[in-house]
Amino acid sequence: MQAAKDPAVQEHHALAGDRQDLPVIAPGHTLSSITDKITSIVLRRDTPLAWAASLAFASTGLFFLAISIAWLLAKGTGVWGINNEVGWGFAIINFVWWIGIGHAGTLISAILLLLNQQWRTSINRAAEAMTLFAVACAGMFPLLHVGRPWLAFWLFPIPNTMGVWPQFRSPLLWDVFAVSTYATVSALFWFTGLIPDLATLRDQAKHIWAKRAFGMLALGWRGAAKHWERYEVAYLILAGLSTPLVVSVHTVVSFDFAVSIVPGWHATILPPYFVAGAIYSGFAMVLTLMIPLRSVYGLKDFITDRHLNNMAKVMLATGLIVAYGYVMEAFYAWYSGAPYELAMINNRMFGDAWKSYWALILFNVLIPQLLWFRKVRLNPVTLFMISIVVNIGMWLERYVIVVTSLERDFMPSAWADYYPTKWDVMLYVGTVGFFFFAFFLFIRFLPVIAVFEMRTLVPARDPSAKKGVGATTSSNKEGAHP
Amino acid sequence: MSDVSSPAAHSHAHGGEADASLAGSSRALWKSLDQIAPETNAAAVRDYAERQHPSLLAPLSDPFARRDVLRLLGASVALAGFSACTRQPDEKILPYGKTPEALVPGKPLYFATSMPWASGAIGLLVESHMGRPTKIEGNDKHPSSLGATDCFSQASVLQMYDPDRSTTATRAGRIATWGNFLTDLTGQLATQVGKQGAGLRILSGTVVSPTLAARLQAVLAAYPSAKWIQYEPIHRDQARAGALAAFGEDVVARPDLAAAKVVVALEADFIGGGPSSVASTKAFSKARRARKSKPTTNRLYAAESSMSLSGAMADHFVAVRPSELLAVAAALAKVVGAPFGGDVGAPSAKAAAWVSAAAADLAAHKGECVVIAGDAASADVHALVHALNAALGNVGKTVSYFPPVAPVSIDQTAALRELVADMRNGLVETLVMLGVNPVYDAPADLEFKAALEKVAWRSHLGLYQDETAELCLWHLNETHYLEAWGDARGSDGTVALTQPLIAPLYSGKSQLELANALLGKGGVTGYEAVREHWTAALGADGFEAKWRAALHDGLIADTAFAPTSVTLRSVAVSGSTAGGMELVIRADDSTFDGRFATNAWLQELPRPLSKLVWDNAALIGLATATRLGVKNGDVVELVLGKTTVRAPVWVLPGQAEECVAVQLGYGRTRAGSVGNGIGFDAYPLRTANGQWSAGGLEVKKTGDTYHLVSAQMHNSMEGRDLVRVRESGDLEGHGPHGHTEHPTVWTPYEYNGNAWALVIDLSSCTGCNACSIACQAENNIPVVGKDQVANAREMHWIRLDRYFEGDDFDTARVRFQPVPCMHCENAPCEVVCPVGATVHGNDGLNEMVYNRCVGTRYCLNNCPYKVRRFNFLLYQDFVTESVKLQRNPDVTVRSRGVMEKCTYCIQRISQARIQAAREGNRPIGDGEIVTACQSVCPADAIVFGDKNDPKSAVSAWRAEPHHYGILEDVNTKPRTTYLAKVENTGADHKG
Repeated sequence: MQAAKDPAVQEHHALAGDRQDLPVIAPGHTLSSITDKITSIVLRRDTPLAWAASLAFASTGLFFLAISIAWLLAKGTGVWGINNEVGWGFAIINFVWWIGIGHAGTLISAILLLLNQQWRTSINRAAEAMTLFAVACAGMFPLLHVGRPWLAFWLFPIPNTMGVWPQFRSPLLWDVFAVSTYATVSALFWFTGLIPDLATLRDQAKHIWAKRAFGMLALGWRGAAKHWERYEVAYLILAGLSTPLVVSVHTVVSFDFAVSIVPGWHATILPPYFVAGAIYSGFAMVLTLMIPLRSVYGLKDFITDRHLNNMAKVMLATGLIVAYGYVMEAFYAWYSGAPYELAMINNRMFGDAWKSYWALILFNVLIPQLLWFRKVRLNPVTLFMISIVVNIGMWLERYVIVVTSLERDFMPSAWADYYPTKWDVMLYVGTVGFFFFAFFLFIRFLPVIAVFEMRTLVPARDPSAKKGVGATTSSNKEGAHP
Repeated sequence: MSDVSSPAAHSHAHGGEADASLAGSSRALWKSLDQIAPETNAAAVRDYAERQHPSLLAPLSDPFARRDVLRLLGASVALAGFSACTRQPDEKILPYGKTPEALVPGKPLYFATSMPWASGAIGLLVESHMGRPTKIEGNDKHPSSLGATDCFSQASVLQMYDPDRSTTATRAGRIATWGNFLTDLTGQLATQVGKQGAGLRILSGTVVSPTLAARLQAVLAAYPSAKWIQYEPIHRDQARAGALAAFGEDVVARPDLAAAKVVVALEADFIGGGPSSVASTKAFSKARRARKSKPTTNRLYAAESSMSLSGAMADHFVAVRPSELLAVAAALAKVVGAPFGGDVGAPSAKAAAWVSAAAADLAAHKGECVVIAGDAASADVHALVHALNAALGNVGKTVSYFPPVAPVSIDQTAALRELVADMRNGLVETLVMLGVNPVYDAPADLEFKAALEKVAWRSHLGLYQDETAELCLWHLNETHYLEAWGDARGSDGTVALTQPLIAPLYSGKSQLELANALLGKGGVTGYEAVREHWTAALGADGFEAKWRAALHDGLIADTAFAPTSVTLRSVAVSGSTAGGMELVIRADDSTFDGRFATNAWLQELPRPLSKLVWDNAALIGLATATRLGVKNGDVVELVLGKTTVRAPVWVLPGQAEECVAVQLGYGRTRAGSVGNGIGFDAYPLRTANGQWSAGGLEVKKTGDTYHLVSAQMHNSMEGRDLVRVRESGDLEGHGPHGHTEHPTVWTPYEYNGNAWALVIDLSSCTGCNACSIACQAENNIPVVGKDQVANAREMHWIRLDRYFEGDDFDTARVRFQPVPCMHCENAPCEVVCPVGATVHGNDGLNEMVYNRCVGTRYCLNNCPYKVRRFNFLLYQDFVTESVKLQRNPDVTVRSRGVMEKCTYCIQRISQARIQAAREGNRPIGDGEIVTACQSVCPADAIVFGDKNDPKSAVSAWRAEPHHYGILEDVNTKPRTTYLAKVENTGADHKG
């Protein structure tokens, strides 16, 4: 209980608004115990059978991905269930869903860093990796969903002899910029944060090829003061760059809908409601990943109940914003008096789409209210189940927005139903497979928790450790050479 | 077969040593097919060779022609370099009207021709690109067309290029030649000469060609005991019988629908039913048009057992059971005071209310009303209608009588019955069938197929190797009307020449040429025959000039019938309303009697009222469906006597209760890749005495379901302001009114030159689909198939929305609305395309740049009218050679992954613009550009032009008080707008 008495930790508790007595790291850890614990997951020579089995399972998803992409390219987007009335289906739903999931990673690493939330330390690495893989999954869909993917590069403003440019009024073009920027910054942020740990791995590794590989990736990191200084500046700049992205990316994604005229899409509330939804689903996914991870790899000391508690609270808060969005959507429809808007919300609530709508309300609004209870938040099993429910709920939300709006729009003669085909499902399952495949590789080959940052949480012998990020780095000057 | 392939395989395997080993092996050297194939294998080898080289083997099997093959082989190699120098036939065809001085590549020529049709041919202008007919247009000089056409004539061009057409003559299933046939026929005729042709029978459809009729009569003259039978499944036997009963002679009543203020139609579809309805639709729509200057319209009453397009147009519609129609007609006659004998009972209360309203209206409009009856109405109904028109003083004013279109008009059912009896009794030895398919479409109780098998020598001339061809010794591949010479009478009697647009694709023969062969003149071509006939008819003096004029204009001047004066006899009728369920049999809107089952354009054209595609269905009303406990797609067994037919149910307004309406033309077994196995065959239910309806029907629910696909899922307008309705005389009307416009963030476009706009008059529109199919032909729109339509992926650029309005299912009013691209001035699609593939033209067109489209489908989502069409899969057929020939070279053939939609026929706009620029940059005149949908429309419901030109027709329509745009509240500022549907229900006359 040393940590609890530490004034710095108490201060962080206060900042997080958590008056509970939960540590961010289990007591009794030393600098070397942290390093050993985390690096051993990567450096152990024997490959755990469970990991291999999990990877193999995820690769079947990867196989689905390959098959479904090949079939799609061979036959065309007609292998999916979309039609002339419902032009977007699973591909766009999945795109928005995956992009949304990514947001938690960026929020944890960038905003919580800038807000000096120390509890983020043990989860930011994995969350960022999640972001990266989620963005990779998301990025596949806009490319694959177009009729002629081989010409999709026309969406980029590439100078050409014909002088033809993209159309800058289209939200899809804004999407291209938003998502590509997001992917780039996320990758840089993640990699920059990894460099000191890569050096640690290089130094700890016994195997010559591991040493070489980590050595190359560590970019010659020696832990020199100059390195730490530059690292610190770079990391803060990237955090600063990432911060607006947390808000902007999903805002732009929401413009795809909000800027259109489709009833159910055309609403000014969409940007904030999409951002909240993104963070909501992102935290749900972080929990979905972390709860099994920490128990399988015995990382409960580092990813403590405190983390679960805090993440559950973020979910509760963002979930309430999302719920407010649902209420406002219905209110706008009623208040506008526009027949198309009224018909849209009527169709969602009481029409042919009622099943998906009320399932969404149940999953996204009602069940997460259990998070008000501390017992629920601190019970990994219930929390895990709620995180799954929210993941499904957020997918349903995008389904309701994308599909049900198009199914019943302005011309009743052109109303049509959308039914996904097996290829829709297979591609989605394929990206889930790809996501877990990448994540399992990440667990095995890179430190899932930032070693050098965790070490700053050990009750300090060095008084400078109290000063948050800046202090973190200085205390790590020796950290790279344990 | 292994013997054939082994030498080749051998030499491949051994390479350089092949020669030596071959020399050592005697079996490797062979001279003929017979030598390498053992005796038992000869048939298989021959079969194989026939499949691979049909044209070569036919002469090969004929020992005398073998040398000729070698000679021709040599010659064709020598002449290969001169293939373009094929000698043109000495048959003069004349381009119409705007003729370029010579054939200019890229510039189409238009030729006048005519499409034969049993109830009257239609005069056409056919667009030809470098010798390929690509598009059918109406001939505005021809009284049956007046510039417009119908769905069937539009689709006929695809039929000519149909890859499933019969490509060769066959004898007992083996490939044969016309020469072989002539030899065989000569032998047959020789045996008939002695018997005066007692064993010779000719079976044709209704012949409307004067030349062909004359030739066939000449055959009968040469063989006095021979018989010529005409049988067409959709015939006018009952109308004929009715005329005979009323007047003692066979005449056709032709109403003047443009003049009549009140029209009462009894089971009469004067809008649907093919080319002969084009002129009547034109006339009716003239009286239907409401404008500021003439705000009133005519009024239409319709009584039908299964709603047709005319019924859908009616101001007062009543669904009556077929057996009740006579009572309805009699009740009308009673009220109006038309004398008739006999008692037929009273109509039901619902029909009686309709009768009293209609009769009162008729009585109030004596001399300016008309009562008409259709082919499906009984002879008694026809007779009563004649009496009614006489009593109302309409004769000579709104209705006149003319001779029948067919030069030889007979009771077709009786003739066919007699033929079948003769065949069964072995009296028929030589049967020649001209373009008919009786095995499929003859009345079931005649058992034509069994009788046919008793005929020793049966031959069939037809476009397809169909159900009848299969059972014949000889099948001859017929020429399509676009490939052959001929002539045909329109419904008013006007004769149009049929001139070929292209040499026969498969060297087929026309009916006329076969008739010549029967006269022993097998070498006489159709061209010679037609010229010969008309030289005799018109006189040799100045014939050449008349002939050229006839070819140029598409009709032979002064051949229209003069009205016949008739005297009404006393009319006596008998009959009673039957109990139990009744069967209603109708021609289909897409396959007609089955002849168009092979046509993919028609199969995919949503049926006007049910919007079903690629299928027929048993149509029933809601009350009957509820009683039977069936819903859409449930399969029922229709039991009539000993016959049972399984059919899927479709519930539709406008159906008489306790009736089931089926459509002919489906369930074919020999209709090629498109038509086989589609829908159910209703012919087994059709007996000679019940060709249009039958009582005593039993309907059994089976519990099975069948996937019927309707192109429109939702039938209600949901109270939205889509089809506005006004009452005759009050165009301002009540309810939604005028135009809406909101501010926009974008700078409005300025249109300093032309500003193209299109207006559709919903009062005139009959919902016939002709615009849809004309657009398909003009713009190379692919067919996607039933499964794709089921997933809302049909590609029609202009769709016919059909709504039902009203609280009660039975009395629901039908609202049609053609929806092409709106070419919005604030187009929602334009702003969302990320690559700028859909852009705003300076004349206001919303243009699609196919090359630039990457297929995000964002434009489709953002289009409130949902008129955009995406190529989800590779829908275009890039493989079938013959189909490629049909394509319009002025329109891009779109491939997979590209968005498309209505362009206002931009290729036609460009042609006019280029023409105007060449002629000294003159402005484009009003009416110079005619879109495909506008040009085809038999109701003149579409007008296109420059809205910047205040004198243009489109500006005049836009200035009408009942002009409006749909979804204008979304602020799209549509360029395609509508004139509200004006009805004439007359609250005080409401029935």
